[in-house]
Amino acid sequence: MLRGLKWKFILYAAVVLFAILLLLPTLTTQLPSWYSKIIPSEKIHLGLDLQGGMHLILEVEAEKAIESYVERIRNDLRDDLKGNGIPFGKLEREKNNQIVLEVSGNREKLERLLSQRYAIMRELSSSPLEQGIWRVVLVLDSRQAEQVKKNAIDQALETIRNRIDQFGVSEPEITLQGTDRILIQLPGVRDPQRAINLIGRTALLEFKLVDEEGDLEAALKGDLPEGDIILYQRSVDPKTGGVRKIPYLLKEKTLMTGEYLKDARVAIDTQFNEPYVALEFDDVGGKLFEQITGANVKKRLAIILDDNVYSAPVIQERIPGGRAQITGRFDMKEAGDLAIVLRAGALPAPVKIIEERSVGPSLGQDSIRQGMISILISAALVVLFMIFYYRLSGIIADIALILNVVLVFAVLAIFRATLTLPGIAGLVLSVGMAVDANILVHERIKEELRWGKTTRAAIDQGYHRAFTTIIDSNITTVIAALFLYQFGTGPVRGFAVTLFWGIVANIFTAVFVTRWMFDYLTLKVGMKKLSI
Amino acid sequence: MELIPPNTRIDFIGKKKYTIWISAVAILLSLGSIFLHGGLRYGVDFAGGILIQIRFSETADISEIRDALDAMGSKEANVQNFGGGNEFLIRIEKTSEDLEKMSKNIQAALQERFKGKALEIRRVEVVGPKVGKDLKQKALWAVGLSFAAILIYVAWRFRTVAYGLGGIVALFHDILITYGAISIFQLEYSLPLLAVILTIIGFSINDTIVIFDRVRENIKKMRKENLETIFNVSINETLGRTILTSGTVMMVVLILFFFGGPVIHDFTTAFIIGLISGTYSTVYIASPVVLFWERHVSGRRGRG
Repeated sequence: MLRGLKWKFILYAAVVLFAILLLLPTLTTQLPSWYSKIIPSEKIHLGLDLQGGMHLILEVEAEKAIESYVERIRNDLRDDLKGNGIPFGKLEREKNNQIVLEVSGNREKLERLLSQRYAIMRELSSSPLEQGIWRVVLVLDSRQAEQVKKNAIDQALETIRNRIDQFGVSEPEITLQGTDRILIQLPGVRDPQRAINLIGRTALLEFKLVDEEGDLEAALKGDLPEGDIILYQRSVDPKTGGVRKIPYLLKEKTLMTGEYLKDARVAIDTQFNEPYVALEFDDVGGKLFEQITGANVKKRLAIILDDNVYSAPVIQERIPGGRAQITGRFDMKEAGDLAIVLRAGALPAPVKIIEERSVGPSLGQDSIRQGMISILISAALVVLFMIFYYRLSGIIADIALILNVVLVFAVLAIFRATLTLPGIAGLVLSVGMAVDANILVHERIKEELRWGKTTRAAIDQGYHRAFTTIIDSNITTVIAALFLYQFGTGPVRGFAVTLFWGIVANIFTAVFVTRWMFDYLTLKVGMKKLSI
Repeated sequence: MELIPPNTRIDFIGKKKYTIWISAVAILLSLGSIFLHGGLRYGVDFAGGILIQIRFSETADISEIRDALDAMGSKEANVQNFGGGNEFLIRIEKTSEDLEKMSKNIQAALQERFKGKALEIRRVEVVGPKVGKDLKQKALWAVGLSFAAILIYVAWRFRTVAYGLGGIVALFHDILITYGAISIFQLEYSLPLLAVILTIIGFSINDTIVIFDRVRENIKKMRKENLETIFNVSINETLGRTILTSGTVMMVVLILFFFGGPVIHDFTTAFIIGLISGTYSTVYIASPVVLFWERHVSGRRGRG
């Protein structure tokens, strides 16, 4: 028995010591560098509700990615039909994944083209309209559509990660939630609106030609020439703050996008002393740009970002070297953010912010301070009450309670868990159950003593009897916590995590550690009468 | 030290014909209040909408904020003082329009209007309607499934479904009463209050199992007694522990209630009611359900 006591002590002390070592990185930053090589130096993170910062959930509109994918196929198909000399009338996208096509002439030629180059488009139906004209409906293969969606979401995640990295936030968290949502946590962000503009912007850069022959006035009245679109340039008057929208009649076809960008930087216009964004294309993009400008000298090329025209300068000559610039009335911050999003690349599909929570740093501190003070007061009262009511045994219970909290925090640190308000509620519940476990044991020992048992027998019986009660009630709660974790979301999970580990720690401290202390006092110290 | 003298024999179960009315009235009040108010007052977390918390460096007039919001066309905004004369909550329950843009406009308008007063935007929450609905649904599922698991585990440990049922019925009772309190005090049902509900579930089932456990032990010892007596003895034997545990927790919650500040005031109000209900329901809901089931359904004539 005495030998067993020694081994138990070594085991329990080792667990507690390890827990304290795990907690040190959270408590202090001044640890020697060798420390992190031996002990995992993960920290407990405070949730944004406690620390201040910003929490965003974005929904990637992946259907739109399919739409633009099919749109690209339609453009390719038009070129191929022309190239193969297949006469066609209507060629339109329907819904987001279908192309409707009206062709005449040699069907075999068409079938060959479709099966050779457009295998990912399944032929949904084909029916004769009138003499020699067929209406063919193509639909994007559903497996391919899934792939496009998945790629879009992966790419959106990657792009947003890049943008935030360049924005410079310490310890951001960017994760996929479910299938099409992106959870973003930015601790300590001071200007949430700016962060939103940076993250949520699609940043699709396009170059399109201005339709010089088309009639803008007529187009604005609804008579839009075939293959044209109208986009606007927003210009803000710096004096009045009023917004003016200038319409442009553009060729719908996009000549080039931002995918060939190598770099985007802020530069200062020496003439007007205004910042602009200088673009640099990669080799392929440079050649393409040279080709486009060479073929359209004296025409106007519109530079469009997210359907807003930024400028439409006249191409004076062929531009080699792959450089261009975006001007507009930017201030330095705007130009800098624009350069970041262009460098990080466009989002493959628009994103929608479906949840935003931002907490200013002062509020986070306030809620921590106020919460901490009242938690400390109540913890002190519980500790004092246990000593007052149970005397020496109360001190044993208090040691167990403190160990309990230390262990839970150590586990939270290893798993890099984030402590939020619901998480603290889970912790409070588990501490409440730890108090209860101690009370159960003590009351049971007292009962056994009343029935005339010796001190030793009362301790043995007390623990033995209380054990089943504690196990039953704790396991029931653990089961509930597991289910809440498995099926709950964010806050419900935060609650479940601290509750689960709180109860695991509780069984260890309230059942095994306190037992050791009682055994030590009665067997080793030789205490005859229990102070309980 | 003894809180409860040994051999205390209060006839708890015998009073159940009176307490059933207490529970019935409490449940009716809860349901009535929820019904009359047309459901709970959901916060932004669940209903979707915008919440903006602002603070001025000096005391400000609430009507001035209302004016500023009216001027920009946000007539449905609800402005409320939030602890002290310089801190306010602005709430907009809206689910259709572009919330993100609206929140941006409101913030800009406020900054513009109160330029001189050092306005600080302390908290912004914008929750799309789908998010809130998702959260509600997922939480409901999680709680429902955990109830089923509790029922199965308790029924297995106690070798009869009666105890599992007793525990679950008591849980429903406590949740209903707590929601009733939330409705009667017109607290805003948001995430922290969901955390309260989860915590109450934990405490209530814990309390119930402690007494059931003693009953299980006493059934073996007191073979001649009927189940009602055994429940009474068990409740009396564990009375000291019940008062100590619930009392300690109540002490903590009361401290949080008085000193925790406005942020957790709603939280603790609901908690106090739930805690009382959870302790009460062990004796007057969970135990009578077991007694009823064992007598009338499993036909053991009140023997365990």
